[in-house]
Amino acid sequence: MTPLHLCLLLSTGLFCLGLVAVLARGNAILVLLGVELMLNAANINFIAFWRFGNPSNATDAPILVLFSIAIAAAEAAVGLALVIAIYRHQRNVRVEDATRLKG
Amino acid sequence: MILLAAISFLILASAAVAITRRNLIHAALWLVVSWFGVALFFLWAGAQFIGFVQVLVYVGAVSMIMLFAMLLTRQGRVPVEMLTLKAEKRIASGVLLVSAVFGVIAGCILGTDFPVTEASAASSVTLVRIGESLMNDHAVALLAMGALLTVALIGAVYIASSGEEDAS
Repeated sequence: MTPLHLCLLLSTGLFCLGLVAVLARGNAILVLLGVELMLNAANINFIAFWRFGNPSNATDAPILVLFSIAIAAAEAAVGLALVIAIYRHQRNVRVEDATRLKG
Repeated sequence: MILLAAISFLILASAAVAITRRNLIHAALWLVVSWFGVALFFLWAGAQFIGFVQVLVYVGAVSMIMLFAMLLTRQGRVPVEMLTLKAEKRIASGVLLVSAVFGVIAGCILGTDFPVTEASAASSVTLVRIGESLMNDHAVALLAMGALLTVALIGAVYIASSGEEDAS
């Protein structure tokens, strides 16, 4: 097993933990945290292939990860604003109670 | 290799502890440990700049807005999730599905023979080259990212604050 295999298994494990948080936890904030974990797993994959592969342009992977982190930050801000909006309507943040699209 | 295994253990163990906590604040603090472990991984892989960005954005900023959202939406005391029968069924099916997903992906990874080049061009990348590439080749993408972040944050403020008058 090469280090690249270990890196990819690490990112798979992190992705699966994030997926467990999204599917199994009922709290909307924990669902968002699971999405963040999955994005981190994708970033680990980018860096692993950059480090152990042979990229034609060596600066592409760090820039891709930079943009990915920026999008993840924007996603976290919008998602938490939605959580606060849900909380204002139903006074809790459980996802199974958020059954109405109408505000 | 041993260092990589230690970093992997740190990341996965703290993430696993985080998503099983009932207490939301504890979950967020354990996730900070996990994100810090990911930054250590980036440092280990030679992407120092990305490691520092990870610390600044995740450990610094995203964790803070997570904690703010938890404090703004908590009900009286520290929120504790109730385990109902429905929730137990959901957790069981979720864990089952995710184990299947993990099995498939891990099997694919272990069955693939990646060509490994040890002397990668990656180690020669300096911060200067990343900055030049970002400002020359990817200038349009950088501007688009700035516009996206501005719009997203203004939209987040609007979503979180609209309806304030009918709530009071």
